[in-house]
Amino acid sequence: MTCTEFLAQLDEMLDQDAAIPLRADLQEHLKNCEHCEITLNTTRKTIQIYRSHEIYELPDDLRERLHKAILAKCRKC
Amino acid sequence: MAAFEKLVRQYDRQVFRIANHIVQNREDAEDVVQDAFLKAYEKLDQFQGNSKFYTWLVRIAVNESLMRLRKRRTGKMVSIDEDVATDEGSMPRDLADWSPDPEALYGQSEMADILRRTIQGLPPGFRVVFVLRDVEGLSTEETAETLGLSIPAVKSRLLRARLQLRERLSRYFKRRNGQAQGGVK
Repeated sequence: MTCTEFLAQLDEMLDQDAAIPLRADLQEHLKNCEHCEITLNTTRKTIQIYRSHEIYELPDDLRERLHKAILAKCRKC
Repeated sequence: MAAFEKLVRQYDRQVFRIANHIVQNREDAEDVVQDAFLKAYEKLDQFQGNSKFYTWLVRIAVNESLMRLRKRRTGKMVSIDEDVATDEGSMPRDLADWSPDPEALYGQSEMADILRRTIQGLPPGFRVVFVLRDVEGLSTEETAETLGLSIPAVKSRLLRARLQLRERLSRYFKRRNGQAQGGVK
């Protein structure tokens, strides 16, 4: 298996539950390819960091203001 | 109305986040939140139970966000196809592993700032796929349906978005790691 073929399956590799017909081949490739192992680990970490950090927080005061505005508009329509 | 208010409370943060990711401007994102919920309210009778309310709402919010972005760019067409014609599935160049854990190197707000700046550099067509799939947790099928893209197109954009993000983050982390280890002499 080449690195390009491995990359094409990266999405499935990141999904632990996915049933991948080629999983044994992919694991074998990983054992011998540091490049793909690092790519897999750091891509997994990238997703995890984005998931666990709120980068566009909605503050409570703005939230209340938006709720009032939304409901006022809805009542008019 | 009380039931709808409950839906607003349930999904407002997600809609605000998605809108911010697309329009990259807080005031526009606030307008998108209002317009998206208003539109959802007006069209509630068109909502069909065969798709989840949340994915239906996200589709409205994405369309509102793209319209808002188009307005701000005064007529320049903006679509989720923009700027995506780059090298297909290119191999990552950066080989560095992330050790120590980058989250140990930064405070919460500094990390949020890095993540914001990093994702803002992606073309909108990559950004929106990454956000829906990886941040909001929609399935590949739901993302494709929401954006009107094919499943292979979603998969291809997602791969490229993830690889570009990890490469850009690597540059930040490497710099900080170098500072932590060597210091400035």
